[in-house]
Amino acid sequence: MTLEWIGDVILLVVLLPVIIYLLHGVLGAANSIVPSVGRIARAARAGSADLDAVPLLLTTQDQVVKTIQSAANYGGSLDVILDDAEGA
Amino acid sequence: MPAAGVVMIIAVVLIVAAIVVYLLATIVALRKITAGLDDAIGGVGEIIQKSEPVAEVVADINANLDAGVDLLEGLLVKKAGLTDAVGLIDGLYPGAAAAGLRNFPDAKTIKAPRISEVYTRGTLTLARLGREAPIAAASPNGPALRNPAYGSSAARTLYPDGRELHARALPRSPVIGTDAPVQYDPSEEVGGPRRRMPATSSPERS
Repeated sequence: MTLEWIGDVILLVVLLPVIIYLLHGVLGAANSIVPSVGRIARAARAGSADLDAVPLLLTTQDQVVKTIQSAANYGGSLDVILDDAEGA
Repeated sequence: MPAAGVVMIIAVVLIVAAIVVYLLATIVALRKITAGLDDAIGGVGEIIQKSEPVAEVVADINANLDAGVDLLEGLLVKKAGLTDAVGLIDGLYPGAAAAGLRNFPDAKTIKAPRISEVYTRGTLTLARLGREAPIAAASPNGPALRNPAYGSSAARTLYPDGRELHARALPRSPVIGTDAPVQYDPSEEVGGPRRRMPATSSPERS
């Protein structure tokens, strides 16, 4: 009988608090992840929205090609018009 | 049933109840995490999809810009010479000469001529477009080649033989007076037809 009472005390005083403490830690960690995940999701959506301007790079690419072509044509004409520097 | 057994049953029930409550709360939290991660993964997927062609396009842009830099650097050095090219760059963008030219490593060691201290940018461009105007040809420590008081004569020296300032021979002015080769007598011509020039003769007057 005494051993049963000792077991009851261990269950109520030791095992139950330990289980509650461990489960409370797990729940606290899981709850702390939730807002972080929400921020990550918002950042991902914002980053995706920022990349909506990426297709403009194609325009930039086209303009760069045209600019370099114009510079090449202009440089070619200058090469014909102007004398070279001495020793060049 | 002994009292100790009843207490033990109550203790076990309490433990199981605590486990159930906390595990259910944990499950709810994990479901929220899963939903948030699904949302984040969707956004990241969009980022990956949208940024996929960026590397190729940027590489192409950089390749074209590299070609442009090579072209312009080469042309500038070919036409102005490496020393004057460095001076021109430093005149337009002060301090840029320290970086040198990408395709001409020697440019970093050249002391940039003080071209911008002698000529303004516009003058610099026009002078360079001329026949290799001798800007900064002398030592940077020497006097300015441009004479501000007689700028036109200084510019004229750039073309000692090439430019004609005025016509070599202008048409002569007509000669008038009693010694003129062609005489005009008002008493004979007033009221009558105009007298012809000496080369042509009128039969009624002869």
